[in-house]
Amino acid sequence: MASLTRTARLFSQFRPVVHGARAIIQAPNVSQRRSFTASQPFPVARYGGRYTVTILPGDGIGPEMMGYVHDIFRYAGVPVDFEEIQITKDSTEEEFDNAVICIKRNGVALKGSIESKYGDVEGGSRNAQLRTQLDLFANVLHCRSYPAVRSRYSDIDIVIIRENTEGEYSMMEHESVKGVIESLKIITRRGSERVARYAFEYAVKEGRKKVTAVHKANIMKLSDGLFLETCRNVAKEYPEIEFTDMIVDNTCMQLVSHPQQFDVMVMPNLYGNVVSNLVCGLVGGPGLLSGRNYGEHFAVFEPGTRNTGTTVAGRNIANPVAMLNASCDMLEHLELNTHAELIRNAIEKTVNIDLIHTADLGGQATSLDVVQNVIKEIQVNTKDNHW
Amino acid sequence: MMAPRLTPYLSRLSTLVNGIQSRSVHGIAPLTSAVQSPVTKPEGRTTATLIPGDGVGPELCQVVMDVFKSAGVPMDFEERHLTELYARRSDTLEEVVESIKRNGVCLKGILATPDHSSDGELKTLNMKLRDELDLYANVVHVKSLPGLNVRHKNVNMVVIREQTEGEYSALEHESVTGVVECLKIMTRDKCRRIAKFAFDYATKHGRKKVTAVHKANIMKLGDGLFLRQCEEVSAMYPNVEFSNMIIDNCTMQMVSNPHQFDVLVLPNLYGNIVDNLAAGLVGGAGVVAGESYSSKSVVFEPGARHTFSEAVGKTHSHAPSLGQPTEPRQPPVLRQHGEGGRR
Repeated sequence: MASLTRTARLFSQFRPVVHGARAIIQAPNVSQRRSFTASQPFPVARYGGRYTVTILPGDGIGPEMMGYVHDIFRYAGVPVDFEEIQITKDSTEEEFDNAVICIKRNGVALKGSIESKYGDVEGGSRNAQLRTQLDLFANVLHCRSYPAVRSRYSDIDIVIIRENTEGEYSMMEHESVKGVIESLKIITRRGSERVARYAFEYAVKEGRKKVTAVHKANIMKLSDGLFLETCRNVAKEYPEIEFTDMIVDNTCMQLVSHPQQFDVMVMPNLYGNVVSNLVCGLVGGPGLLSGRNYGEHFAVFEPGTRNTGTTVAGRNIANPVAMLNASCDMLEHLELNTHAELIRNAIEKTVNIDLIHTADLGGQATSLDVVQNVIKEIQVNTKDNHW
Repeated sequence: MMAPRLTPYLSRLSTLVNGIQSRSVHGIAPLTSAVQSPVTKPEGRTTATLIPGDGVGPELCQVVMDVFKSAGVPMDFEERHLTELYARRSDTLEEVVESIKRNGVCLKGILATPDHSSDGELKTLNMKLRDELDLYANVVHVKSLPGLNVRHKNVNMVVIREQTEGEYSALEHESVTGVVECLKIMTRDKCRRIAKFAFDYATKHGRKKVTAVHKANIMKLGDGLFLRQCEEVSAMYPNVEFSNMIIDNCTMQMVSNPHQFDVLVLPNLYGNIVDNLAAGLVGGAGVVAGESYSSKSVVFEPGARHTFSEAVGKTHSHAPSLGQPTEPRQPPVLRQHGEGGRR
């Protein structure tokens, strides 16, 4: 235990240099309140231009998808090495701790989804634990329609920013009286403020016009009220960005009937979970979009809807596009922009022009068809490259 | 007589074979790889900076280029001349640095350092280049070659040296007549980053143990800082064993039982000495390769830094030390499809 607290203290001093969220977090009043000191930089694993990143394949289709990412990285000449750590639903506490430490020393991870057991009271969700322990407070999901994918709307461009560490996911539940369960939802001013600030900084950086806060402050007047109030306060510092708020049930209705009205959305944990799955459904299901998790020190990239896809695992029919997009997000975070662009263009061409779609998009192609077409595209484009 | 007895087995065998075939045709088995390696050769080409250096460097670089040509390595060299001996024939440091920064990879011979500097400068050209590029980590992989008859067989260790601070600060002065002070500088951030480099290297290459070499019993503050940073960083690597050793003992252990070492991490001067000592164990300066890393670029050079100017033009100098870094150990930045699979 003593060594654990020592390790924890140690980490709190480390600060990787290259982090997407970092620039955004440097707003003065937040940084003053930070509990750690930024005085001791801890370098990321980048030597001679090559990076090492942690890979957590997870359960279900994760391992297959990681294999595809590996192949495509090799063809695209990406200077990234993988440190692979297997975490599944049956992993022990020690294996899990090792995975967390591994992400802490590499700074960046690419992750499949780890299955959570419903019945097991003891262990919480590994995914949620990972996010809490790494303090990955902001989940960013950029939902954009693919023109060639048949869906109800073809012009969706929404960014969902979800608070990722508190709220309903506090994992504090108890039976105070027999037959009565209390589940604690925790909203803090600090947690709300940093995610709200992240949302506005994101909007400024990406040239977005509007931020919508989603809440249920009419019922949960104090907790969601705090979230909303904090968002409003932060909004005052960004007069150039329009700010609105919307109640979560109405948001869902508006999203399925008139989604074009939304731009950047910021919301607490559970609403974010529901709304992001809803929007993914609008643009074509779980196989397309990727999600990014940012903390002050670390970044984890994963498929957007966080499904394990156990039913399609090992059958060569799962859509690899989501994981490939996640890997491109990671490359952009590492500032390997040429490689990211190369792969992203190959994916876009495969989906939008070559129309190679897996079953979930109504096509008949296999996972390998998609991957091989992406590789073919990369080969064509790197023919006369000078690396 | 045998035939009828064999028939049932044969038919069973054929159904088995058919079963296998049909499975593979439909591709139902879990597939985690989209392609089979080895894969096609890369069609793009890579450019690297080439600094021939002094002494036998230019000859050896020519050898490397010949070997690359016959092996069909898709690499072009951008030649830059850097020397301290004939200052007017040298490209400027800025040009060379710009080229390495742009290419990210460099193959370099050794630059000779005259004992007396012409302009009173204390820093050597080698040091200036390292400082400009921030090439802080030097890795020397000391591995016995089976064909060489040397005292110790099967030595396989990695010596990692910090090479931007410590005794090489080039800060020397005569405070009182007859008294010269030479400053050895240790900083926390640089100690920490070399420690992390060593542990990351060990993790990536499947090494089991990292040994920090120091003289913290005498230089309690300076080397103490180095040792403490190594200890702290080791807490993040539960799968790598950490130990420490005092430099004098380390040299003794190395000549008597070199097999106990796996990865060593050392401050600047100790690293320099141990590099040469370890190179001597496996056959000398001609067979050991070294690589210097910054976060963005990497320079490959012979591991023990000798220009070997006695041998110039005699065609008996040993190419492996310059050939090694680029051949079996293709520059890691460049590891592409095809090339990477071979490692």
